[in-house]
Amino acid sequence: MSLGVSAIGQGLLYGLLGVGLFLTFRILDFPDMTVEGTFPFGAAVAVAAITHGVHPVVATLLAMLAGMLAGLTTGLLSTKGHIPVLLAGILVMTGLFSINLRVMGRANLSLLNQRNLFDNPFLKSLPVYADSVVVGAVVCTVVVALLIAFLNTQLGQGFIAAGDNPTMARSLGINPAHQQVLGLTIGNGLIGLSGGLIAQNNGYADVNMGIGVIVIGLAAIIIGEVVFGQLSLSQRLVATVLGSVLYRFVLLIVLKLGFAPDDLKVISAVVLAVAIAVPQVESRLRIRRVLRNGVTNNG
Amino acid sequence: MAEAQLQLQHVQVNVAVGEAVRPLLNDISLAVAPGDFVTVLGNNGAGKSTLFNAITGDKPLAGGTVTLAGTDISRLSPEKRARLIARVFQDPKMGTAPRMSVAENLALATRRGARLTLAPRNLRGQLAAFKRLAAETGNGLDAALDKPTEQLSGGQRQALSLLMATMRRPELLLLDEHTAALDPHTSAAIMALTSQIVAREHLTCLMITHQLEDALKYGNRLIVLDAGRIVADYDQAAKAKLTQADLLQYFG
Repeated sequence: MSLGVSAIGQGLLYGLLGVGLFLTFRILDFPDMTVEGTFPFGAAVAVAAITHGVHPVVATLLAMLAGMLAGLTTGLLSTKGHIPVLLAGILVMTGLFSINLRVMGRANLSLLNQRNLFDNPFLKSLPVYADSVVVGAVVCTVVVALLIAFLNTQLGQGFIAAGDNPTMARSLGINPAHQQVLGLTIGNGLIGLSGGLIAQNNGYADVNMGIGVIVIGLAAIIIGEVVFGQLSLSQRLVATVLGSVLYRFVLLIVLKLGFAPDDLKVISAVVLAVAIAVPQVESRLRIRRVLRNGVTNNG
Repeated sequence: MAEAQLQLQHVQVNVAVGEAVRPLLNDISLAVAPGDFVTVLGNNGAGKSTLFNAITGDKPLAGGTVTLAGTDISRLSPEKRARLIARVFQDPKMGTAPRMSVAENLALATRRGARLTLAPRNLRGQLAAFKRLAAETGNGLDAALDKPTEQLSGGQRQALSLLMATMRRPELLLLDEHTAALDPHTSAAIMALTSQIVAREHLTCLMITHQLEDALKYGNRLIVLDAGRIVADYDQAAKAKLTQADLLQYFG
């Protein structure tokens, strides 16, 4: 029972990662590798800030700002430096590894005996693990509602159009490069936020916690699409959050089947690889096209 | 003659071929009067599409100026020029956002060249107007306002592209073989719609075509490009006397 509650809580907190990745992977149509550096960056910034006495709420917002900065860097490298966005993301991700070590001063920083976002009387009064469900649900609701509102503004529509058809966007006076920077900044902001929240929930930040998070985010998006089918764009954001929760349950089941936690990454990778390689699945998921967009130059 | 709506002066566009530089457009000068509908003919590689790209800013000029409605636009980015210039592409996929609905595409086009703000897009408030507009096409577009454009037929997409290009009146409309990818019947329908909109809105328009019949039937002026130069220029009176046989001398 408590394992299930924990899975929901973790799923919601990781859901922000899925939603952040959705902006680049699904709307702008390219894979953003920055994510692997942004997620631990958010975690490192939040935990380091808290250990320096910063209020947990402020520390969480700093994690988001840190993520935005990382996304902005990838965006500028890609659009101003004309580096293919896949490579730009890898460069930023690699650089962030050193930066994360600097931020934390070591490879692993614990929040033991430090106040964090989950230490308040109300959350403490809840059953075990329910605190992460409440925090995750509140943050996901706010973020998804804001994103849906944004996507329905004139700017949001221009953002979608730039991802959908850059040639057409340009002919309507929308600069796709600006939209790409915008998407990377917002997306990575959410991923930094997700990292900051996960770190506080786990009680530590680790420099290696970013390895494979892009697969977690993609799994959330793809499970959301496979399970919920044809949806409007706004509904797909919600589906991604739910997909992230379902992914946690998939992991639980895999563990119950007797696989070791160490095997989870290879299992996730194989499942995702099959989804991309099998043509019937692929044609529905449009993954190949997204990968192609990632290695061509633009901006 | 009134002041030209579109004026190209000594426009030069080059392409680097290894060490050498080859001209794609070679010293092109052209003045188009307001309301003129000019058909543009030429072999593949004659520079027709480059001419359009030079006007829209997608290809940088190596020399010369482009003036539109009295403003020198030679130094403006393509995004800035979009406020003044609308374009319909040959490939029906190029002109619309495939995963966005017809209504969403139209709503974007109402703001062509305008600054994107955080104001609500107000789709619902414009639906009635969009429905009326889409009904003009006579191909069922008005019943598909909620559909993603990737589900439309090629003819419907080109009709939509045409509406999007003209609903916010452009100073210049560029049609880049916009019926070439359609079957003859649909092509004729789109050409009729084009002609109707251009006449009603008194648009200044350049149309690239490979259909000699269309080139003769539509427009009040005809130019022929070859190897980056304008090699023939027929005004309304001269164009009226032209035959397909006359034009064939420029091809082959």
